[in-house]
Amino acid sequence: MAQHQVNYASAAGLPVALTSVDKLINWGRSNSLWPMTYGLACCAIEMMATGASRYDFDRMGTIFRASPRQSDVMILAGTLSKKHAEFTRRLYDQMMEPKWVISMGSCANTGGMFNTYSTVQGVDRIVPVDIYLPGCAPRPETLQYALMMLQKKIRRESADMNKNTKQNLRML
Amino acid sequence: MQQPNKLVPFFENLNFERDDNTMVVNFGPQHPSAHGQLRLMLELDGERVVKAHPDIGYLHRGIEKMAENMTYNEFLPTTDRLDYIASTANNYAYAIAVEKLLGIEAPRRAQAIRTMLLELNRIISHLFFIATHALDVGAMSVFLYAFREREFAMDLMEDYCGARLTHSSVRIGGVPLDLPENWIADMYAFLDKLEHELEHTYEALLTENRIWKMRLEDVGVINAEDALSWGCTGPILRGAGVQYDIRKEEPYELYGELDFDIPVSDRNDSYGRYMIHIEEMRQSSRIIKQVVPIYKKSEAQLMAHAPQYISAPKEEIMTQNYALMQHFVLVTQGMRPPKGEVYVPTESPKGELGFYIKSEGEPYAYRLKCRAPSFYHTGILQKVLVGTYLADVVTMISSSNIVFGEVDR
Amino acid sequence: MRKYTPKENVQGKAYYTDRFWVAPSVPRSEVTEDAHFVKLLEKIKQHVGVKDAYVQIGQMIVHINPEDNFTTLKLLKEQCDYAMCSEISAVDYLAQDGEFEVFYQMLNLKKAKRVRIVTRLKEGQAIESVEPLYHSANFAEREMYDMFGIVANNHPFMKRILMPDDWEGHPLLKTYPLQGDEAASWYEVDKIFGKEYRDVIGPENRDPSRIDRYDTKRFSRVGYEVPFDADISEGEKETAIEYSETLLVNYNKSSKQLDERR
Repeated sequence: MAQHQVNYASAAGLPVALTSVDKLINWGRSNSLWPMTYGLACCAIEMMATGASRYDFDRMGTIFRASPRQSDVMILAGTLSKKHAEFTRRLYDQMMEPKWVISMGSCANTGGMFNTYSTVQGVDRIVPVDIYLPGCAPRPETLQYALMMLQKKIRRESADMNKNTKQNLRML
Repeated sequence: MQQPNKLVPFFENLNFERDDNTMVVNFGPQHPSAHGQLRLMLELDGERVVKAHPDIGYLHRGIEKMAENMTYNEFLPTTDRLDYIASTANNYAYAIAVEKLLGIEAPRRAQAIRTMLLELNRIISHLFFIATHALDVGAMSVFLYAFREREFAMDLMEDYCGARLTHSSVRIGGVPLDLPENWIADMYAFLDKLEHELEHTYEALLTENRIWKMRLEDVGVINAEDALSWGCTGPILRGAGVQYDIRKEEPYELYGELDFDIPVSDRNDSYGRYMIHIEEMRQSSRIIKQVVPIYKKSEAQLMAHAPQYISAPKEEIMTQNYALMQHFVLVTQGMRPPKGEVYVPTESPKGELGFYIKSEGEPYAYRLKCRAPSFYHTGILQKVLVGTYLADVVTMISSSNIVFGEVDR
Repeated sequence: MRKYTPKENVQGKAYYTDRFWVAPSVPRSEVTEDAHFVKLLEKIKQHVGVKDAYVQIGQMIVHINPEDNFTTLKLLKEQCDYAMCSEISAVDYLAQDGEFEVFYQMLNLKKAKRVRIVTRLKEGQAIESVEPLYHSANFAEREMYDMFGIVANNHPFMKRILMPDDWEGHPLLKTYPLQGDEAASWYEVDKIFGKEYRDVIGPENRDPSRIDRYDTKRFSRVGYEVPFDADISEGEKETAIEYSETLLVNYNKSSKQLDERR
């Protein structure tokens, strides 16, 4: 089996004064993403399983925080109904910049199998989404991979606070 | 968004103007106790709850209406998402309701496999109950231990039907697949491990734990009269002293032939319900061990033989012409059951799960109503939470084992 | 002109309807074999008028008039030991008969017997709430009101339960489309952002297989990324982003020389 070594010098950044401030800040942000537990339905169980013994989420530096004020990433896991949409937007607005959203599962991506009157057809009608995860329910490994992709995305972003706010990048 | 001003304050602040000075706390639709989307509006007098108003519907997906727009077989994977912790229990309740409507019976091997899957799902659901109950009360390491066992059980389910969480492992008329090669041996290994862990980890950590007992005893007291009147079934009813288990009283599948006990507690409180769940896991493993010889002696037929409603096995479809034609008609048009209605109750890990199906002879059901145990357990929260402390509210909610997929459908 | 589609029942129809198919019925039997049911039916007949009674799939079904539902259930509870009301719901027959069919599913725990009490209600007619007898009706009748519009009189809290409080329409009626009407499709946009944002967000995408090749807000092609919401109708340029942060270790080249003679 090939052995993989993470090359810190390229995209992840080392906590050494050689690298630029951008890389340092992004390294800090990406390696300690605190998700807000937004488990709505079945995908929430898979999210909990990801955080549990076998697929430990804590090794990525995540701690599940319930409060929006203390979290960075909102993992929307499960079906969003129209009754709930208002609260999702309110909680998203209460999160502090910089914030990211992972939409987990078919129901959050596009409404999924519930093509009905009371399901929001895709959570991106309400909040801007960074990573979409397919699956019903996606396996825990998929969620880990999504978090790793999000980490790579964060490391590519410029760390300038004013440039990266969601108001500039997104319309919603 | 709500813009509060002096004329239209936030509803949470309305009560401060009143003289009796109770505080309204909104236990919002998103909260860390991982039970899903329950919004409880609690009026608190200090720490004691004076009034509790559960507000549900945040996961309403229109499943009953979907059933009126899909054929019976197409609807089966949707039933997975009702009680998403023990999916086979919902699939089975739906399949047996349709089978009773059609008047057919699954063959013996299918019944054996179904019973084993149902009991495995009961173990999965009860492990989840212990995990989340302990997490809510504060014993976080039990969450990790229980999920470890749960992963082994989900591995078994994955070996059988390919999915960890939303199984669709039961079809109308039987089961689609036979057990894989080492499944029974793996199952025995898992059951031995489970029994060992039940005794040495969960019971050792929780049952005689002073803090656990203090948190759970006399919390969420539901007596028999209330439980019956509010429609509570399953562990809540048995925790109130009423000995009623549908597997014993109205047996279905192989339960009539098997030998198992029903744990009943007369403590009426959360501690009794917790003990019932632990004991039910032991009884489930006892049941599975009794079903294995029945499975081995049965002949290898997996789906019922009813050509008008059920497709032939895959070998016949791929080789015989009439089987292929009938399969095509059944998949595109859907099966047409007789006109009539049926209500079949089953004992899911949460309580009495039943499907009421009314058919008008069309391939789509005319009305499907899912009697979900968690719906009525959320109803009784209005009564039980009055007079308890705020910390006990969390204990009671997790002790009643509510799953919001079922409540809101 | 487009073809007129009748709006009494807008639920999906089967792909192919067989005009000559006559559906059989689920077998019914008379209430004569089971002694418990016979006694129960006689008791009910003494107090209320019974329109029909039969046994189907092991459960007795009794059809009564809607005014008698409270009396019948009180009788079942107090004299016949039917301690639990498992289920209360309705079936929409407005297109065929102009009536709703409301049923109560009762359970006798001592004998493990189930009975279904069925009544028929005209459109707009309300039914007496059985909540004082069985508290499970508290939530069940609210759901019946929410889904069908059937009001239960003297219910302690007759409000919508599953749909939001300001929802228009009763979803489980046959005239309500599965994907929701106009008010339903814009509900969340109006509630959160306001009516002005309807064109900003756009209508719902109800087609599960719709693919937009030039959508750069939700998708980005690996190796050809563009900034958010860029226009790619003319094609994208290749970008040089190294996706893999890992290197394969080459075991053939040893970095350390332990033996200095080599």
